Amino acid sequence: MRLPALGFVLMNAAGLVGGVFASDSHVRLPGGEFKSALKYEDTQGKVLVAPFELMRTPVTNAQFLDFVRKNQSWQRGKVVPVFAEARYLSHWSSPLKLGANAKPQQPVVNVSWFAASAYCEAAHARLPTWREWEYSAAADGSRRDARGDPAWREQILGWYAKPSNAPLALVGQTPANVYGVQDLHGLVWEWTEDYASMLVSADNRAQGEQDRLKFCGAGAIAMDDRENYAVLMRVAMLSAMEAANITSNLGFRCAKSRL
Amino acid sequence: MKHSLFSLLITAFLFAVSGCSGNSAPTPAAGPAVSEDSGGSAKGDFGPPVGAPINAVLTSPPMVPPPTGRSQPARVIVNLEVRELEKEISEGVKYTFWTFGGTVPGSFIRIRQGDTVEFHLNNHPDSKMPHNIDLHAVTGPGGGASSSFSAPGHSSQFTFKALNAGLYVYHCATAPVGMHVANGMYGLILVEPPEGLPKVDREYYVMQGDFYTVGRYREKGVQPFDMQKAIDENPTYVLFNGSESALLGDNALKVNVGETVRLFVGNGGPNLVSSFHVIGEIFDRVYTEGGSRYQENVQTTLVPAGGSTIVEFRSEVPGTGVIVDHSIFRAFNKGALGMIKYEGADNLAVYSGKEVDSIYLGDKAASAAPVAAAAAATASGTLTLEQQVKAGEALFAGTCSTCHQANGLGIANVFPPLAKSDYLNADHNHAIEVVLNGLSGPITVNGAAYNSVMPPMSQLNDDEVAMILTYSLNSWGNEGGRISAADVAKVRSSTPRPQGAAH
Repeated sequence: MRLPALGFVLMNAAGLVGGVFASDSHVRLPGGEFKSALKYEDTQGKVLVAPFELMRTPVTNAQFLDFVRKNQSWQRGKVVPVFAEARYLSHWSSPLKLGANAKPQQPVVNVSWFAASAYCEAAHARLPTWREWEYSAAADGSRRDARGDPAWREQILGWYAKPSNAPLALVGQTPANVYGVQDLHGLVWEWTEDYASMLVSADNRAQGEQDRLKFCGAGAIAMDDRENYAVLMRVAMLSAMEAANITSNLGFRCAKSRL
Repeated sequence: MKHSLFSLLITAFLFAVSGCSGNSAPTPAAGPAVSEDSGGSAKGDFGPPVGAPINAVLTSPPMVPPPTGRSQPARVIVNLEVRELEKEISEGVKYTFWTFGGTVPGSFIRIRQGDTVEFHLNNHPDSKMPHNIDLHAVTGPGGGASSSFSAPGHSSQFTFKALNAGLYVYHCATAPVGMHVANGMYGLILVEPPEGLPKVDREYYVMQGDFYTVGRYREKGVQPFDMQKAIDENPTYVLFNGSESALLGDNALKVNVGETVRLFVGNGGPNLVSSFHVIGEIFDRVYTEGGSRYQENVQTTLVPAGGSTIVEFRSEVPGTGVIVDHSIFRAFNKGALGMIKYEGADNLAVYSGKEVDSIYLGDKAASAAPVAAAAAATASGTLTLEQQVKAGEALFAGTCSTCHQANGLGIANVFPPLAKSDYLNADHNHAIEVVLNGLSGPITVNGAAYNSVMPPMSQLNDDEVAMILTYSLNSWGNEGGRISAADVAKVRSSTPRPQGAAH
């Protein structure tokens, strides 16, 4: 058991030298049929999740710093304004220095969807889809689907209820779930690839059609599990964002399809 | 005015007609016989804003901004900041509130009907959640909710014209709406009618809300939100202005005697309807549900969740008025208490204060005579058994019959019988002990098991205990016997007596 752990640390230290992730920084998830909390009209909430890989932990400041060093156009001050609002990476002391308010192993925040996508692309990966993220995040330490457990929900809501005025914890501090993924709950919000296509209505109250998630592409979707506030609130958070927006508690991790 | 005059004439005509067919002429009802329709939103647009934009004065509860004092519609700019803050909900109990303006309820907004409001909602960067605002004063989809949806560290702007006068609730409408409201995201916006509200000496802002914590009422420490209790509508706290102490002690609302008072009262919910009442006060006028008409002389008024009311009264005497939700367990067991301190000179013609404090025996008054007679006889050494029994009967009715019943039969399985009681007759000194010291735990009386608690009858003197027991021994088929005050005194001095009276 020591060896993979050591490998993980080494690879992490190596960073993104080759622009390719070390496999030990990712875990493989089997996928399968999954009951989403979102009601996809065509499938009544049942979705098929293909096997995929997901980063164990969110992308860190150190990893993102490495990325912007290699990709100047994503540096603070150089990024095209439509891709990231003015406060992009504003917690770093300078465009290429983390400084006191950004520890290397803290999850990177204040990043736009465009920047997050670019990071993953540079790593020959992509942002996870909402379905992949939701599927991964439904698990706890022993179960693939812990969502029916009130205690599990309460724990997640507990994090939601705390304001973001304290420094973020380092990545990898929360227990791994049954797949080996960490920090899906209790650390930061996370961008998903298709976040803009599952926008919950900004006024999510029972008002006939307004109760629907915003219409997009294949079909309208709505919340199927109204008791699952933990998921509902994450969807609400993402739908408050535009792709160039940042917040001080929104980060990301990358995923890959398994061929 | 022409319209209403015409209505009056018609009303008078109808009365006259019905008067002809009846035997007696009807008396027209007192008070405003005709209600004039203000026209609602259709007549609420007074044209484009006049003059330079005005920054709205926002106040924290319990304060209310001054009247707008305007006679023309204006463009009013409202800047409201959303903060997620840990604050004290009760002494030693912390809770993370989500707030409009840093307080629960949120900042009070005051505008005039016909105003154009440019609304800015600013969600602080420290927020974890996105938020928005639904103002019930807005005519339009969602009351502004979807136009004001703001991520942490972002602002939204939208503009509306206030077409209806009244006192309106605003609240957050971001999913899950119930949780945002339960965390304190509500407040009041007053839309003054064009002529303004009648002048009063004091205006205050009071808003009720129910709160749901994982820990019990007053359990110390940081208490998280309990979603299940919220769904079950079983609040841990019901509060005015977001904290148990918000309107108590030094925070009490202050009013001088003789002043007129107007309370802008809201109810954020999320679940409970309030039975709003001020102890020791009668509302002279209640603008029911925050609308334009008032009811007079009201004791308690309902305030719906997501609704409001305006109450007006004049303070007449000094003292403390207590604001409660008269669904009364909420007041005394969940925190729904506030205070109004009236300061000034006494007005004894209106309220005297306590004039007499005397003993009232009710229907026991007549039967107290034998006790007095027996006591006198004891003192003079001429007490007969008959006197003692008669006095004992009177005392028994007042003290013992509640449990042991007037016929001495008690209540099966709960209170043991004194009638034909082997337990009572067995040991007179033990009987005295029981009356003096009480009795708890299992006993057997006439073959039946009992296990209850009788409190010590500490309020009875030796004489009275002797009377009661002598009465009991000589009633209901018991074996007779006589107990003297001296017997009781002997037992009393030989047994340690627990503190505390029975009643």
